[in-house]
Amino acid sequence: MSENFRLDRGGLINRNKKISFTFNGKQYFGYEGDTLASALLANGVHLIGRSFKYHRPRGFFGAGVDEPYAIVQMNRNNEVDPNVRATEQELFEGLEAKSVNCWPNVNFDIGAINNFLGKFFPAGFYYKTFMWPKSFWYKVYEPIIRKAAGFGTASIKHDKERYEHKYEYCDLLITGSGPSGLASAYAAAQNGAKVILAEDKSRFGGSLLTSEVTIGNQSGQEWAEKIISELKSMPNVVVKNRSQVFGYYDHNMLVMSERISDHLPKTEKYSPKQRLWYIRAKEVIISSGSIERPLVFGNNDTPGVMLSSAAKEYLKIYGVLVGKKPLVFTNNDSGYETAIEFKKNGIDPIVLDTRKNSNSEIIKEAKDLNINIKSSYVVVAAKGYKKVNSADIAKISDDKKNISNIENIKCDCICVSGFWTPTIHLASQSGNKTKFNKEIDAFIPSQSKQKETTLGSANGIFTLEETLKTSFEKGNELSKQITNKENKVSVPSVVEKKSSNHDKFWCVPLPEGKNYKRFLDFQNDVAVSDIQLALREGYRSIEHVKRYTTLGMATDQGKTSNLNGLQLVSDIENKVVPQVGHTTFRPPYSPVSIGAIVGREIGKHSKPTRKSPMHYWHEKNNAVFVDAGVWLRPRYYKQGNENLFEASKREAKNVRQNVGVCDVTTLGKIDIKGPDAAELLNRVYTNAWLKLPVGKARYGVMLREDGIVMDDGTTTRISENHYHMTTTTAQAANVLSHLEYYLQLVWPELNVNVVSSTEQWAGAAIAGPKSRDVLQKLFPDLNVSNEGLPFMGYMEGNLFGVNARIFRISFSGELAYEVNVESGNGNFMWEKIIELGKEFAIQPYGTEALSTLRIEMGHVAGSELDGRTIPYDNGLDGLISKKKDFIGKRSLYKKAFIAKDRQRVVGVVPIDKKTSIPEGSYLVRDANLKLPNPKLGHISASCWSVEYNNPFSLAILKDGKNMIGKKLFALSPLKNKSIPVEIVSSHYVDPKGERVRS
Amino acid sequence: MLHIKCPHCGLRSQNEFSYGGDATVKRPELNKEVSDQDWDNFVYLRKSPRGKHLELWQHISGCRQWIKVERDTLTHEIFTTLKANEEI
Ligand SMILES: [Zn+2]
Repeated sequence: MSENFRLDRGGLINRNKKISFTFNGKQYFGYEGDTLASALLANGVHLIGRSFKYHRPRGFFGAGVDEPYAIVQMNRNNEVDPNVRATEQELFEGLEAKSVNCWPNVNFDIGAINNFLGKFFPAGFYYKTFMWPKSFWYKVYEPIIRKAAGFGTASIKHDKERYEHKYEYCDLLITGSGPSGLASAYAAAQNGAKVILAEDKSRFGGSLLTSEVTIGNQSGQEWAEKIISELKSMPNVVVKNRSQVFGYYDHNMLVMSERISDHLPKTEKYSPKQRLWYIRAKEVIISSGSIERPLVFGNNDTPGVMLSSAAKEYLKIYGVLVGKKPLVFTNNDSGYETAIEFKKNGIDPIVLDTRKNSNSEIIKEAKDLNINIKSSYVVVAAKGYKKVNSADIAKISDDKKNISNIENIKCDCICVSGFWTPTIHLASQSGNKTKFNKEIDAFIPSQSKQKETTLGSANGIFTLEETLKTSFEKGNELSKQITNKENKVSVPSVVEKKSSNHDKFWCVPLPEGKNYKRFLDFQNDVAVSDIQLALREGYRSIEHVKRYTTLGMATDQGKTSNLNGLQLVSDIENKVVPQVGHTTFRPPYSPVSIGAIVGREIGKHSKPTRKSPMHYWHEKNNAVFVDAGVWLRPRYYKQGNENLFEASKREAKNVRQNVGVCDVTTLGKIDIKGPDAAELLNRVYTNAWLKLPVGKARYGVMLREDGIVMDDGTTTRISENHYHMTTTTAQAANVLSHLEYYLQLVWPELNVNVVSSTEQWAGAAIAGPKSRDVLQKLFPDLNVSNEGLPFMGYMEGNLFGVNARIFRISFSGELAYEVNVESGNGNFMWEKIIELGKEFAIQPYGTEALSTLRIEMGHVAGSELDGRTIPYDNGLDGLISKKKDFIGKRSLYKKAFIAKDRQRVVGVVPIDKKTSIPEGSYLVRDANLKLPNPKLGHISASCWSVEYNNPFSLAILKDGKNMIGKKLFALSPLKNKSIPVEIVSSHYVDPKGERVRS
Repeated sequence: MLHIKCPHCGLRSQNEFSYGGDATVKRPELNKEVSDQDWDNFVYLRKSPRGKHLELWQHISGCRQWIKVERDTLTHEIFTTLKANEEI
C-alpha cells in the first residue's frame, strides 16, 4: 500500500531508508525516523483502538507522551510489550503491533455495544453496578470486566530482556531539551557544573523542531543542533535522549527511565533493554514544556480529531498530513500556526476561531496566505463513526452561551487548540505548591519545596525571547552557586511572531435536542455529563470527583484532561479554579515497565547467594541444595534413585547408629571481646553468664524486650575477655544489630566490641556414637575423652597443620562436636573428616536429616521460635534466671504469659503410626465441628522418626503441659486431612539427654 | 529515597540504613522496679507525630553505628543528625 498522506519532501525522517512493519497483521511501509503513529498516519490509518469504557473508535490525539488513545500491543523479537504509545514507539524493520481493547477486531468490536448502552455506564458505574449480589463479583462481574478493561495483555512468559539500574549524582539535572532546557544546560555547563540533560524523545530540541523562529542567525532547529553537539563534547555534561525523568522523590532524588533498545528490532548483545537511573541532583531544572489543551465539543473523540500541535508535528517532523481537508478549531493563535503549515504544503484549511476579533502577526500571516478564517465560530459536533467525515459548525454568541447557524461542512480532520497547559507534574511531585495563573488559565509552579526551578512554557512563559533570557540566567546562577565559577555567555537575539490573547472559552454548549458525548478524559472515557452527574450526586472534593469518575487517572495522569475537568467543576460550582484545586500528580509521569523497576534483581539475583567453602564438595557429591536465608545448604545427598525422604532417613539413621558430618558454616557467629563481655552476655541472655569458665560453652536464649524469644545458640568463652557467640542462620544479622543497639545506645559504659565472624569460620558438625573416634583420628595428640573434653567443653587443636577450634556441642542430641577452621581451610577440614571417618562409616548429612534429628529430640528451632513464643512455650523456662535482670525479663510477668493454660511445646504422634502430619495443621478436640473449629494449637515441625520408624511432630499446644497422653485431631484444610493423634512429650528420643554426655 | 548524613560517614542513601524507631524512648534501668504502666509505655507505646521526630537509624551497610536523625515525618526534611551519644 502506498503512503497517500506522506508529503514528497520535508520532515526529519530518513527517506533513504524504507521500513516495513505490520499493524493488526497488515503490512505497511514507513521511514527511518518515523514513529509508529506517523507511519500509520502516512498510510491513512486513523483507527487504532477502542476506548476503555464505551469501546468507541479511537485514533490519534497527540504526537508524543500526551497521547491518551493510541496504545498498542507490540511484539518485538518474540517478546510481548503491552501498553505502548504508538506516538512514542519509533519504527523499526519488522515491527509488529496490534490494537488493544477490542474483540474480535478493531473494525468490528463487540464491546462497542457499551456505547449504545451508554446510559447504563454512568460515572461510578463500577461502584454502583457490581456491588450486588456480592457472590457475583468473582464469578461473573470480575472476569467480564477483566476481559473488557485494560490496555493490552501482559505476557505470562519470563521476560528474557535485561534491565539495569544506575545511580548517579550531578549538580544539575535538566528535564527536557526544549529551548529552556538547552539554554540552561548550556549556561550551567559553561560554569563547569556536572549536568545531566534528559530528553524523553529521540530528537533533541522540543518545540524548536516545529516552530518558525530564528535564534541568532539560525533557525530554531539549527540552533538546537548546535547547542546539543557542543554539550555532547563537554566532559562535564551527560546528554541522554529517549530518557524520561518520570518521578521526583525526596531529597532531590529523581528517577529516569532510559529506553536503550525499544527502538531497535532486538536488543543488542550485552546491552540492556532499558536502564533506570536514580539521580541525586543538587539542583533540578524542570524544562518539561507544555501540552496543548483540547477543546470540548460533541463527539470530540472521533478519530481524526486531534491536537493542532500534533498535526503540526506530523507535518514538520514526519512530512505527514493528518488530513487533506483539515478544519482547525482554536481559541488562540497556535491553531493558525498549524493552518499556515497546511497551507504552505498545498492544503487548504478552514480555521474556526472562537474569538470575535483577534489580530496578531501570526493571524496576519494566515490572512495574507488567504486562509479561510471564520471568527466567532465553533465545532458543535464531529460527524463520522470510525473517522471524521464532516463537522457541524455554528456561530457562537459573544457571551458564548448560544449557538446559531448550525451547518455541516465536509472535513477529514479537526485540529483543536484550547491553549497550553504547563507540564507541572515533576514540580508537583516534588511538593511544589502550585498556583493558578489566570492569564493562561492553568497552574504553574510556585513555592519550591525542594531544590527545583521550572523554566520556559512549563512555567507558563510562552515567548521564546523570555524563555531563553530567563533560562540562560537561571542556568548560570544555579551552577555558579555550586561550582563558584562563572563563565557567562550572552543571550542570542530572537525573532518570533507575536501572539494575541487566547479565549477563555473551551467547552461548546450542546445544541437543543442533542446529547452528544463531549469528552474530557479521552483515555478513561470521562465525558462532561459524567462530571455533572458526580456533582449532582454530591461529590465536591476534586479528589473524590477524580476517583468517582476516573478523570485524570491511570497511565495518562490527566495530561490533556486535567484542566478542562477542573474548569468544568469550577463552572458548575461557580467557583474559580484555584479554589477547586488540582488533584495530586503521581509518579510515574508516564508508564514505566515493571522490568525496568525490578532491574537485575530477579530470580537468583534478588538476593546474594552465599556458599560455604565446602560447597563444591557438596556439589560433586550429589547434594541437593536448599535456600537457608541467603545461604545455599545441602538438603540431602542423593544416592542412586533416592528421593528426599529416603535419603534423609538414611542420613539421620547413620548419625544415630554410626557418625555423620554436617556443614554448619552458615550458623551466625559473632566475636565478642572486652572486659565487660561477660556482663553483656549476662544482660542479653536469660540465663547466668558471669561464672562461665574459660574453655566452656553454654547454651543461651535471648529475648526481645516484649518477652518473645529472639534467638538461641551457644556462646563459648575462648579466653578471659574473648567470647565466640553463635546464632541461628536466619537471625545472624538481627542479633548483631541487637547487640550493637544496646552497646551503642543503652549501655555505652560497657567496654565490649562485637563483630560478625560468620564468614571467617568454616564449620563441621560431627555427630553420632562414633564421633569421638573420628575426632581422635583428626586430633591424635589431643585428649578428647569424656573427661578431657566433656559436654559443653572447648579446646583448640591442630588439624594436620591447620588451627582448629573444637566445641563439644550437639544439635542432633547425639554425642557430637563442632570443628571450626578458617574459611580458606574449610574444604581441607571437610575432606579430612570424610577420609578419616570412612572406617567408622561416616556419611555427610543435610538439613533435612538435621531437622529430623532435632525434632525427635525435641530441640526447638526456628519453627518454634517463630516470633510469637516466650521461653515457657518452648520448654526453655528452666533457663530463666531468677537472680538477675536481662532484656525482656519484665515482660515475662504479663498476665497472658503466666496464664495457667499457657501454650507449650509438645510431641505429636499419629495414632495409626503411619500418616505424616502436614506442618501447619491445626490441633482440635473434635474433627467434625463446623468451621471455624476452635484451634488448640498448631503443628510446627514434622519428621519421620528414625528412632521409632513412625511419623513424629512437634506442636505448640494450649495448656500443653497438661495435655500429654490426650487424643486430639490434626486438621489440615489445605491438604484436606484429618488425622487422629496422641500428644506425647516433645523429647521423643533420649528424654534424659544421656547421649550428649556419653 | 532519603539522603541521610551519617555523622561518621557523610551523606548516604537511605538504602544503606535501617530504621530504629523513636530515639527519645529511654529503657528503664536494669534491676529496678518498673510499674506495668511504665513498662508498657516503654515496650509498646509510641507517639506518631506529624512533624519533627527524633529517631534512630543504623548505618548497617556502612559504619554500623546507630545514629539519631531529626526528621519531619510530613515533609521528610532532615534537620540534623547526631552520633549515638549526642543530645539534641
Ligand atoms: Zn556511617
